[in-house]
Amino acid sequence: MRYLPHTEKDRKTMLKAIGANAVEDMYCDVPARALLQNPVDLPGFAGEMEVERTFADFAAKNLSPASAPSFLGAGAYRHHVPSSVDYLIQRGEFLTAYTPYQPEVSQGTLQYLYEFQTQVAMMTGMEVANASMYDGATATSEAVLMAVRATRRNRAVLAGGLHPHYFDVTKTSAHSLNIELVQPDSDPTSPADPTSVIDLIDDKTSCVVVQSPDVFGRIIDLRPIAEAAHAKGALVVAVTTEIVSLGLLEAPGNQGADIVAAEGQSLGNALSYGGPYVGLFATTSKLVRQMPGRVTGETQDVEGQRGWVLTLSTREQHIRREKATSNICTNAGLCALAFTIHASLLGEEGLSRLARLNHAGACKMADKLAGIDGVELMNESFFNEFTVKLSKPAEEVVEALAERGILGGVPLTRLLPERDDLKNFLLVTVTETNSDADMDALTQALGEIL
Amino acid sequence: MSVKYTNDHEWISLDGEIATVGVTAYALEQLGDLVFVEVPEAGRSVAKGDEAAVVESVKAASEVYAPVSGEVVEGNAAIADDPATVSGDPAGNGWFFKIKLSDMSELDGLMDETAYTAYVDSLD
Repeated sequence: MRYLPHTEKDRKTMLKAIGANAVEDMYCDVPARALLQNPVDLPGFAGEMEVERTFADFAAKNLSPASAPSFLGAGAYRHHVPSSVDYLIQRGEFLTAYTPYQPEVSQGTLQYLYEFQTQVAMMTGMEVANASMYDGATATSEAVLMAVRATRRNRAVLAGGLHPHYFDVTKTSAHSLNIELVQPDSDPTSPADPTSVIDLIDDKTSCVVVQSPDVFGRIIDLRPIAEAAHAKGALVVAVTTEIVSLGLLEAPGNQGADIVAAEGQSLGNALSYGGPYVGLFATTSKLVRQMPGRVTGETQDVEGQRGWVLTLSTREQHIRREKATSNICTNAGLCALAFTIHASLLGEEGLSRLARLNHAGACKMADKLAGIDGVELMNESFFNEFTVKLSKPAEEVVEALAERGILGGVPLTRLLPERDDLKNFLLVTVTETNSDADMDALTQALGEIL
Repeated sequence: MSVKYTNDHEWISLDGEIATVGVTAYALEQLGDLVFVEVPEAGRSVAKGDEAAVVESVKAASEVYAPVSGEVVEGNAAIADDPATVSGDPAGNGWFFKIKLSDMSELDGLMDETAYTAYVDSLD
């Protein structure tokens, strides 16, 4: 028996209060085809061993990046995570995925969050970072909301190279808050043109959101865009889906970024079917009071000893209720811890070496692929991911590669399904986990398929 | 003219068509030590009741509302730099912003000092 405390009368009262006739009315934004029409076809019962066997059979149908040459990326990157990371995050003192509600008794938690913030601020070249967001996409969406608050303007310009999933999440928040989003078409066929973004910035623009490396892998110079945005009083939101790139590329903070929103999964965190991941969020001291999320600060106790506190809490929901700066009052604690431990193990020099390894591998792969008939490299610049144009539709090629046990990359139409003109484009990612044998396997298989 | 007060503990003092707005000593006492003040920039149009400034103490963050409609002509940069100025001299150097009124009659609805004192007494 299910325990449902609300009576029919309670429900009617609540529905009336929000102006709905039935509970189903609250799902009106969900497309009808996505709603479950009939119960899932499952047997009424099954023994544990039977269930285990069934699901093991299902799982065996997956081709896992860990057991195949994998060139998947597009916002989720397979890197080598040292096993000490998993060991350390599972210590009882750390293993709590949630932000503590009596934070100051958990000095260890606050200290690692402080270290996390310091690492994020250093990598992004910004003055202050928060204790993490849910993921890169929600961090980007929060960055736009923050820019709208800070500038009191209701329009945001998003560069064409922004990851389409990040765009969709931002659009969802923007829709409810009447924020106007403007975006030029994404075009992987020509070098990224800053004027496509700059021309859209006007006096009502709160911010311009630019991803680098962009979704096609191209490195974007933020400086001309930042100059144009600042001249119009708009902020610059720099986005990156691959934090390892900042071991090699100029930090966005040194290129005029006012807010940095990034995905931190690459360090410490597995692909894990797309989540949970860890959003990174950094900004300038000037804007810190508009920053969403939690912040740990260093302080001294009454005896003059170093300690940590959650600071600027007066802006948060549990104190400021509906006037809160944002409605995130939590962070991705365990994923942030894994990020911090991995980043600590690497150190500044290690991160830079890891980034160089990634880039060198991608260069090698790009050269090999460019030598195949029917493959054209589109990028003039890239970090560890680049776009190639194939002589056949990328989705078909990827299926043919999978049959040969190779995860060949992400077809652009997986990210932009309505863009039929991009059906021959494939996004290929190379990390330090790809061996020479992996690269040879892809090169040979692609040569045979095309 | 004399100083007028709002239910939200702002004071407003008119000089010609420009009025100076601040926060009353009573409200500041409730907030405790101020750690941060944000004042509106010149040129911003506000309607009566809009959030015009923010005060943040160690205990809470609160809005300062515009007591009247009009255009902000100056925000007090000195208190943004040193929030302690507000608590030290709330009715003087601790002013928040100056506003050019768009509707003088809006002042009529506000309390005079006697009414405000009675109002504060009723709160305790």
